[in-house]
Amino acid sequence: MMTLRINGQSHVIDATPDMPLLWALRDLLGLTGTKFGCGIAQCGACTVHLDGNPVRSCVLPMAAVGNRDVTTIEAVGETAVGKKVQAAWVALEVPQCGYCQSGQIMSAAALLTRTPEPQDEDIDAAMSGNICRCGTYTRIRAAIKQAAKG
Amino acid sequence: MVDNPAYGVPELARRRFLGGGLLLAFAVVGASRKAHAAGEEPSLRAIQGATGASPHGGFDGFAPGGFIRIPPEGPITIIAPNVEMGQGIYTGEAMLICEELEAGLDQIHVVAAPPDEALYKQPILKSQATGGSTSIRGAWTPLRQAGAAARTMLIGAAAQQWKVPARECTAKRAVVTHRPSGRTLTYSALALAASHQPVPKDVQLKDPKDFTMIGKPLPRVDTPGKVDGSAIFGIDIRVPGMKVATVAACPTFGGKVAHVDDRATRRVPGVRDVVRLPNAVAVVGDHFWAAKQGLAALDITWDHGPNAMLDSAEIIRNLRDAHGTVQPVMARQTGDVDTALGKAAKKIGADYELPFLAHATMEPINTTVHVRADACEIWVGTQVPTMAQKLAADGTGLPLDKVVIHNQLLGGGFGRRLSADSIAQAVAIAKQVSYPVKIIWTREEDIQHDQYRPAYYDRISAGLDANGMPTAWVDHVGGASVLATYVPTGWPEGKLDPDAVEGAAKPPYDFANIHVDWVRADPPVPVLWWRGVGPTHNVFVVESFIDELAHAAAKDPVAYRLDLLRNNPRAAGALKMAAEKSGWGGALPAGSGRGVSLHDSFGSHVAMVIEIAVTETGEIKMKRIVAAIDCGLAINPDSVRAQLEGGIVFGLTAALYGEITFQNGRVMQSNFNNYRMLRMNETPPIEAYVVPSSESPGGVGETGTVSAAPALGNAIFAATGQRLRRYPFDRTQLHGAHAEGVVVSSRDAAQKTRVD
Repeated sequence: MMTLRINGQSHVIDATPDMPLLWALRDLLGLTGTKFGCGIAQCGACTVHLDGNPVRSCVLPMAAVGNRDVTTIEAVGETAVGKKVQAAWVALEVPQCGYCQSGQIMSAAALLTRTPEPQDEDIDAAMSGNICRCGTYTRIRAAIKQAAKG
Repeated sequence: MVDNPAYGVPELARRRFLGGGLLLAFAVVGASRKAHAAGEEPSLRAIQGATGASPHGGFDGFAPGGFIRIPPEGPITIIAPNVEMGQGIYTGEAMLICEELEAGLDQIHVVAAPPDEALYKQPILKSQATGGSTSIRGAWTPLRQAGAAARTMLIGAAAQQWKVPARECTAKRAVVTHRPSGRTLTYSALALAASHQPVPKDVQLKDPKDFTMIGKPLPRVDTPGKVDGSAIFGIDIRVPGMKVATVAACPTFGGKVAHVDDRATRRVPGVRDVVRLPNAVAVVGDHFWAAKQGLAALDITWDHGPNAMLDSAEIIRNLRDAHGTVQPVMARQTGDVDTALGKAAKKIGADYELPFLAHATMEPINTTVHVRADACEIWVGTQVPTMAQKLAADGTGLPLDKVVIHNQLLGGGFGRRLSADSIAQAVAIAKQVSYPVKIIWTREEDIQHDQYRPAYYDRISAGLDANGMPTAWVDHVGGASVLATYVPTGWPEGKLDPDAVEGAAKPPYDFANIHVDWVRADPPVPVLWWRGVGPTHNVFVVESFIDELAHAAAKDPVAYRLDLLRNNPRAAGALKMAAEKSGWGGALPAGSGRGVSLHDSFGSHVAMVIEIAVTETGEIKMKRIVAAIDCGLAINPDSVRAQLEGGIVFGLTAALYGEITFQNGRVMQSNFNNYRMLRMNETPPIEAYVVPSSESPGGVGETGTVSAAPALGNAIFAATGQRLRRYPFDRTQLHGAHAEGVVVSSRDAAQKTRVD
């Protein structure tokens, strides 16, 4: 049994501590907005925030979460930055299939929290761990810049 | 058009009521309040499941044909005949219907069509499938007709109620207004009465100048759910009592399970069952992690079967050798290439080679299945719902109407989900357990048990006149028949698989003498369509080689193409637009270059220019991409631009990184660390332009992918003088290649080419 604080609520989770956070979110708590893409931290589809920092939940054992706050795509819109990012994503019609976009938005929101006015190099550094097979990168870049302005 | 029957019109009904188009579907299903045809009832239940409506009995409301459901209360449901896999088709098809129905996109919601060939057969593919950039082309007329007919019936119902002539009434935003009196009735209020209206025999579609939605960059209906985590893909389905499984199939094609020791697996916490299939083993757990740990603990002995020694080099060798041993199948013969070649001032030829490719959709392959004694329920994102239903019926022994498919949003399709292999496997697993089970393939399983874009080996040659213009064009395509693995009865030897030569048989250019044939060589590897299908393969060869000819003629590649496009003004228009917007011909630093590609594919005309720089170490830096498409009338121009942008990235990924190889029967790639994808830091700015047009819509979704590799290859040549005829492009050949700094037009492009 472990207790995790997710999106502002405490959850008691009955699973082995080596289980990656991703599967606790998806299969035990039903928070399916966070996606499984690769299982080896190569694609970023599973990105969530730990105390505001982006992490790949597919390789993060629950035991490593400790008492840090987990934020997922379902709640990132409750932060000012997350809300701006989501609005920019909608305004610029970023998603295509949409499967990677939860992770993209989580990475972008973390970037803008850290770096409110990112340059292209900052965007490259923060976003290159997130693969989009539909190829929405140019719109993601534009949406991050728009969110930074807004 | 006989070749383009409207959706939802059973063949017999069409023959009986010639000329009625889609409206005939109304004649069958529109006239009663329980508005469904005999065969529609199970699918209607599936729709109700998807929309949360009553699972009991028929739909209580206005249900004209397959696409529109107007309940007495609540939003209008649009049933999209094609699946949403990122291309924006839910929005595009809803726009076609709503333009004529007179409803706003904010007043509707869109759901996936259930499997029902009678209602949702794709007119071009001739089955209920989404692929080949056919959706809008097929939907263009019938979906507008469906909207117009429904509107006519709603107006008719209002007029009857008010006892006024229908011509005094208009409809807008799902409300009918009687103009003289100002009275109004909502579509909801009219839903029941409209069901009793006569089905119109014919409808007048709007003049395009009156369009209020079509042609406008309206917001996509699926975007809000895709930014807050609420959109549900197949992998997100949760069914009460459901368990989660993952699976390992024999790593060699055609191999079997010889022996399984599952003692360690059964000790893994959360593991519930180990399910054995002839060629695979699945572990079921309380959650994916238990299943994955359990699978890792299995000790499986495989019987590797007939392909245990499969090797990429040998496959490519066989493809190449087939050109000398296999009788080619003729695809195109115009004029007399032999005579023309005999008179040519110069002859050049080259061999091009393309690798196997995996689809690698971001959403790994998954299926949720509940097999019961009397029914089978499946939740999945598939491009082929009726095929999935058929395979599940075959696998369970249940009648077709006892198999319910709940189609979901697809986390990418790209052709992978045109096969239902994984669905059949999931049913075989689910049959052995009593509970619903979600089977998720790991990324490794997804890459190593894909059905691959086949490798190709093509030999192409041309004769040039004294001005360097082509007088003969000979394209020997070499590769597998994808149809052969798709059609249950196979594809007969000696019969042309049109996909194999699509993009080769009809190049955009004026060639007085052209010969295109296909040398068939099927590898022992499962193959499938991949974004761009035939054109992605053939246009790489055609557009690289036309560039070779331009350089052999010492002519500008754009001007050379334009000289050959005098009878193809739409292609020429797209090319001119891309050239102009990209600053084609402008000076670039040494080591930099621009490449161009042009093609007519899927009923559209697409040109792309890419500007690159190549470093001393052969690293390619993509600087800027400009693409222009003439796709006829763009239903949603922003979706068109998005598809071009994304399709180009998809094609560049293949050109730079994409390659599946086989060694000792196994796929050597397994995940994104060794099957690489283009990433944000590598992606240049992309400008996509839509040529204004009032022609009928062409296909879009795959066009950018087709453009990418040849444009990049041509840019590499412009920057370095190296002609790379195989992708993924081997950058080791570019080391120091730019250092000579020669201007492009002075190079002898034919130097390294094979001379016939």
